[in-house]
Amino acid sequence: MRHYSSHVFPLPVSFSFWAAGLFLCLFFLLPLGVVLGVSLASRGLYGGVQWIGTFENYRRLADPMIGVIFVRSILFASLTTLVCAVVGFPLAYMVARASQRWQLVWLTLVMIPFWTNFLVRTYAWVLILRADGLVNSLLLQLGIESEPLPLLFTDLAVGVGLVYGYLPFMVLPLIVAIERIPPQLEEAAYDLYASVGAMFRHVVLPLSKPGFWAGGVLVFIPSLGAFITPYLLGGGQKMMIGTLIQQEFLVSRDWPFGSALSFGLMGTALVLWFVVSRTSLGKDVQ
Amino acid sequence: MNATVVLEHVTKAHGQMVAVNDVSLSMKSGEFFSILGPSGSGKTTILRMIAGLDVPDSGTIMIQQRVVNADPPHVRPVNMVFQHYALFPHMNVFDNIAFGLRMRPEAGRNIRQAVERMVALVRLDGKSQRFPGQLSGGEQQRVALARALVNRPVVVLLDEPLAALDQQLRQEMQGELKRLQQEVNATFICVTHQQDEALTLSDRIAVMHAGTLLQVGTPQEVYDQPASSTVARFIGLSNSLSGTMTRLENNVCWIEHEAFPTLMARYPSGAAAHGPVTVMVRPERLHISLDVPDKGYDNTLPAVVHHIMFHGNEMAYQFRLRNEAVWTARVPIGETRRAQLAIGQAVYLQWAVHEGLALVP
Repeated sequence: MRHYSSHVFPLPVSFSFWAAGLFLCLFFLLPLGVVLGVSLASRGLYGGVQWIGTFENYRRLADPMIGVIFVRSILFASLTTLVCAVVGFPLAYMVARASQRWQLVWLTLVMIPFWTNFLVRTYAWVLILRADGLVNSLLLQLGIESEPLPLLFTDLAVGVGLVYGYLPFMVLPLIVAIERIPPQLEEAAYDLYASVGAMFRHVVLPLSKPGFWAGGVLVFIPSLGAFITPYLLGGGQKMMIGTLIQQEFLVSRDWPFGSALSFGLMGTALVLWFVVSRTSLGKDVQ
Repeated sequence: MNATVVLEHVTKAHGQMVAVNDVSLSMKSGEFFSILGPSGSGKTTILRMIAGLDVPDSGTIMIQQRVVNADPPHVRPVNMVFQHYALFPHMNVFDNIAFGLRMRPEAGRNIRQAVERMVALVRLDGKSQRFPGQLSGGEQQRVALARALVNRPVVVLLDEPLAALDQQLRQEMQGELKRLQQEVNATFICVTHQQDEALTLSDRIAVMHAGTLLQVGTPQEVYDQPASSTVARFIGLSNSLSGTMTRLENNVCWIEHEAFPTLMARYPSGAAAHGPVTVMVRPERLHISLDVPDKGYDNTLPAVVHHIMFHGNEMAYQFRLRNEAVWTARVPIGETRRAQLAIGQAVYLQWAVHEGLALVP
């Protein structure tokens, strides 16, 4: 295919190849190389990078404390992805099957939060969840609780924040996937004695798989490295990889270790992707 | 024979447009019933209402003497073959066909046997592990049929079953459809806009136009005695001339037209009506004579060759009459060799009494 088109359009293909290559080199490989270099260097006495080669930074990743942080981050990211899928699917289905006019309305509503800065939106959750915040004052007013619930700085708050932040990344690919399923397939299933539940289980859900995959990756990867949400809503009490890396760079001023952590994070994501895509779950992704 | 499906005064509107207007129909058990009409005539809506995919605004639909208006599709003893087959792309042929049986626990445990029998019946042996994307159009069509028939439905609904196939395959599948219908002995209700398909396959035909039922009858009846000029046009009676009926005798009427000699035609409706009528003649029934009108024909119209089209096995000639009407004649290629017609040539179009039909417009 590529061979054929390169004969017909020799210039555009090679041009776009080199353009994409150049872009990747400049904005992806080069920074990555710098980070790799720093991760193999030593920390200066007062911060900064001393170009003395060492594997010490990677050796420090084996620390059980770091392991706990990695596992916790993976758990949070997995749960976030799962909740986003469960919450996002009905929403995506509704939007995908809405009339064209309503589809535009729903899509705009899904996208509107992106018009505001993520940091600001996360702060809004602080206002909602804190002791004298929206939820607690409502509960007190209604007499459901007599004491404000400790909502902020909990795992729940972090989870809510992560789901809130990344839900659109699950919903949008799902909408695309569901829209591609001809409604006639649903009618055919009903005609062949399927109940509503059976129709979804046997027809729409399996055919939405590509959407779940794309959405899953788009939610899992950023929530694995998230640092604003755990920092603001979790109070930084339970360390996550994202917050740890941020701390190494900005607070401890240990760039080499922060870089090594970054590579550890990337490696983890790659290994997880490899493992999952080898299982039966991912056989249609390759 | 008792009726399997009965529609009584069924009306359905899509927004402002009335798709089906007060239609009453009754399909007998075991018959091949076709609903013939142009697109937008409401025929597919009728099918969808029988399947339960659309709900009528008023009127009743009965299947086996039971009113099913409020029944959702999955409880009706009816299966549909969708226009573009609607096969499940993520399931192979076997799983597609087994779908309906697996959805009903009461269907029993012999699913494998039932599916394999069906695969053999529609001649797809050896292909049950293929996916729909790996099948040709004709094979997909067979899977769609098998997927419906395996459930042993009382009624099989077919929405333009052959429209997506090419000409040769269509003729092959026509025979196949008829064979399958006789084998499973279910009522087949087929929606089509192809008159030849309806005429060949059906035991009875309902002709629809703009949401209204125009005529119901056997193919022979609809073909020979169309109830109106709209029906006549739809089943290939394309040449027409309006005139005034002046005499009626033994179902033959005399029609006067200011520009032409008196015409004679069958008048099957029987109702005595002296007044405006339309004479209609099939293109393949016209005789063309060149210099002088041939003897032995009851009707003769002078005409001028307007356009000539080659269709491979036949020639289609268009003629312009004195009143500017355009008539068409189709002549098998063997018969055209006798005389070549040229555009602008004056000829006579002739036909016998029984080949023309007079209808109240």
